[in-house]
Amino acid sequence: MRRYLSKEYTFRRKIQVYEELFFRLIMLLASLLIALVLLQIVWSIFREGVGSVSWEMLTNTPKGGFYFGKEGGILNAIIGSLYLGLGATLLAFVTGLPVALFMNTWLAPRKRLVNLVRFTLDLLWGIPSIVYGAFGFALMIALGIKASLLAGIIVLALLILPIMIRAIDEGLKASPPGLTEATYALGATTSELSFSVLTRQCLPHILTAILLSFGRAIGDAASVLFTTGFTDNIPTSLGQPTASLPLAIFFQLSSPIPEVKERAYAAAVILTVIILIISILSRIFTNKYSRNTIKF
Amino acid sequence: MEANHKIRVENLSLRVNGHEILKDINVSIPENKITVILGPSGCGKTTLMKSMNRLTDIYPEMHVRGRILIDEEDILNTHKDVTAIRKKMGLLSQRPYPLPMSIYNNIAFGLRISGRKKRDLLDKRVEHYLKQASLWEEVKGRLREPASSLSIGQQQRLCLARGLAVDPEIILADEPTSALDPISSQEIEKKFLDLKQDYTIVLVTHILRQAARLADHVIFMYLGEVIEQAPAEEFFHHPRTEITRAYLKGSIN
Ligand SMILES: Nc1ncnc2c1ncn2[C@@H]1O[C@H](COP(=O)(O)OP(=O)(O)O)[C@@H](O)[C@H]1O
Ligand SMILES: [Mg+2]
Repeated sequence: MRRYLSKEYTFRRKIQVYEELFFRLIMLLASLLIALVLLQIVWSIFREGVGSVSWEMLTNTPKGGFYFGKEGGILNAIIGSLYLGLGATLLAFVTGLPVALFMNTWLAPRKRLVNLVRFTLDLLWGIPSIVYGAFGFALMIALGIKASLLAGIIVLALLILPIMIRAIDEGLKASPPGLTEATYALGATTSELSFSVLTRQCLPHILTAILLSFGRAIGDAASVLFTTGFTDNIPTSLGQPTASLPLAIFFQLSSPIPEVKERAYAAAVILTVIILIISILSRIFTNKYSRNTIKF
Repeated sequence: MEANHKIRVENLSLRVNGHEILKDINVSIPENKITVILGPSGCGKTTLMKSMNRLTDIYPEMHVRGRILIDEEDILNTHKDVTAIRKKMGLLSQRPYPLPMSIYNNIAFGLRISGRKKRDLLDKRVEHYLKQASLWEEVKGRLREPASSLSIGQQQRLCLARGLAVDPEIILADEPTSALDPISSQEIEKKFLDLKQDYTIVLVTHILRQAARLADHVIFMYLGEVIEQAPAEEFFHHPRTEITRAYLKGSIN
């Protein structure tokens, strides 16, 4: 009887081992596949574009005949994209942080409502950006606003707001109830808890949220397509139209002239490098600013 | 039992989703003494303690009825600012939760939210309370380092100093040594014996020997009810109920 049982046991055990092996293999394959596709994208961008990246291109606005392969650069698009990305991220941060804090303090007792808000934000996160672009455009017409940097910043801020709020919210959710209790026990108000304790505890999450949002904002073409216009000049006020890297890529890629097409790839390289730098910075900052965070 | 009663709990019940966690609690906690709340885990010790400084407010599923009088003032049924009520009490929890900031700011936080913001005054007070929690010598050279860099035992003493800094009259401690090593536990216990000169201390524990070492007064709880409360001598040597006797012998847990 005992021998029978132990046989049964070793058989089960064997199955478990194979099962484990099987799933590990699948996970490994999936990871490899994703890494491969990513590398392929980055590789093809760099292969096509790196040759055309030049100092001239980074430091000049387009000159006459630029779009036929002549002199000039895409400084207007680089600066425009930075303005758009930074402006939208700032706007989304100052509106999103209080919302995320509110959801996790004042609103927290109403769990179903908070979950509904989370669900809605996740839904908004999934909406294609062209819809935001169209919505922004409709709003601009209704309000009589011209295509401008400001309009682009507002639409991009709307686009990244769900990301900003939910990414901060995830950090706040992970903050231990004991920390909240300890802070209240000192006689702190809910705003003191929110802005002095929770924001510090979640600083790494907040930085991640900011950088995620910035990456999304600076890379998005569809929301700025109708809302910012396009110009060869660097905007000097919020009311002026602006160029951006995604649109520069989009317009130049559809050109039949090979030099212009190459420049589209060069612009893509620049955009990719900006996002890469942001990601690396985010890693560094996240490590630096998590030193105060209490780990549980 | 001639001492003044700092806290009196009268007919306190607490329900969560129709489930009664605290059943008609009536206890008195003497001033400048250590009152130990004893009982097996899950009997409602933490919950009773949380109702004393209204931390139950942040859990809307908890419905509290009854009265809790602190200095003869009912803190449950009042329009008084809850933050003022909580500042009368320092809380030590089961494991330390230092604030996510520097050692210095952990103490200064409580002072700042009480309106004391002058730099030189803060420096003095921070030093004073760190000394009171016997932590000063260990951290005086690293006040600007994050509190998370301290050991668990040091963190718990930091939390004690932080609690003392808001100038409370009562210390509520919920199994404050359960996450600590024996040496750190001893330090905390010693501290409590010192502190009872100036503070009313309520200590939750399920360690009988700790209770015997520290208690002046004992409240014994079982399944959400107070079974017995008595001065420590009487409680340990002449327990009145069968459940208490069983618990003291170690057959309930
Ligand atoms: N927020 C809550 N919701 C539901 N049940 C709770 C909640 N808090 C505590 N309880 C229950 O109340 C009882 C007493 O808990 P607690 O006061 O933590 O006990 P103790 O501190 O004595 O171990 C336990 O059965 C616990 O499950
Ligand atoms: Mg407990």
